Amino acid sequence: MPDVKDVGALMSVTYDVAARDFVRAGEAASKLKRLLQQLGLDPAVIRRAAIAAYEAEMNIVIHSYGGQIKVDITPESIEMICEDSGPGIPDIEKALQEGYSTATEEIREMGFGAGMGLPNIQRSADQFRIESTVGEGTCLQVTILHEAGE
Amino acid sequence: MKLAEAVAALSLEVEDPQILDREVEGGYCSDLLSDVMAKAAGGSIWVTNQVHANVVAVASLIDAAAVIIAGGMQPEEETVKKAQDVGIPLLSTSLSAFDVVGRLYELGLRGTLRDG
Repeated sequence: MPDVKDVGALMSVTYDVAARDFVRAGEAASKLKRLLQQLGLDPAVIRRAAIAAYEAEMNIVIHSYGGQIKVDITPESIEMICEDSGPGIPDIEKALQEGYSTATEEIREMGFGAGMGLPNIQRSADQFRIESTVGEGTCLQVTILHEAGE
Repeated sequence: MKLAEAVAALSLEVEDPQILDREVEGGYCSDLLSDVMAKAAGGSIWVTNQVHANVVAVASLIDAAAVIIAGGMQPEEETVKKAQDVGIPLLSTSLSAFDVVGRLYELGLRGTLRDG
């Protein structure tokens, strides 16, 4: 179960994401979506948050040894910190290119690894930061503003 | 169009007949999960050849009206269970994805594309 702390106007939730678990993959994004719906947020904002969370979750499942998605919901924004321990990304610029993927053939056959994950996150986000250390892991920071347009 | 109409017209196999009263707004056809995630609009009927459980997660996240698994593929057991858990109608058919889409188009459904 995610840890939910309601600190005044700020709500903070953390979802654990297991590596290589393709049956449970998507559950963190699904739980986040349900929470945002319960909070009554704008459907377009919820969809953008769902896309970002899903893609970040799948990246952790496919590429890392496991990680977490921590979400802070404030009156202004939804902020996600998606952190994993794993091999890291040697060339971030390349990883951000649409169509570039290091996923295996087996993963691609399942319909993942199209090289759309990080670009989808970037497009859904109002602010996006990525940091990665080879041999240690990757951290994404994604901010989605409640008021911003698509 | 009600989902039940499409199911009857295409003789689709139904995993859970309880949930066919949903309104279908249009359709989307792709086997790339990120593509569906980014572009299919809510209320779409999603035509795919993928059979694994993550299909249900994506369908639920985009608020799909239903998933049609085409080409005579059978959904995995875990996929069927998940679909029942989250209330996503899971349909299957021996028709190819091309034929499924063609027939849905004849019924008046059109492709959806999410804004933005």
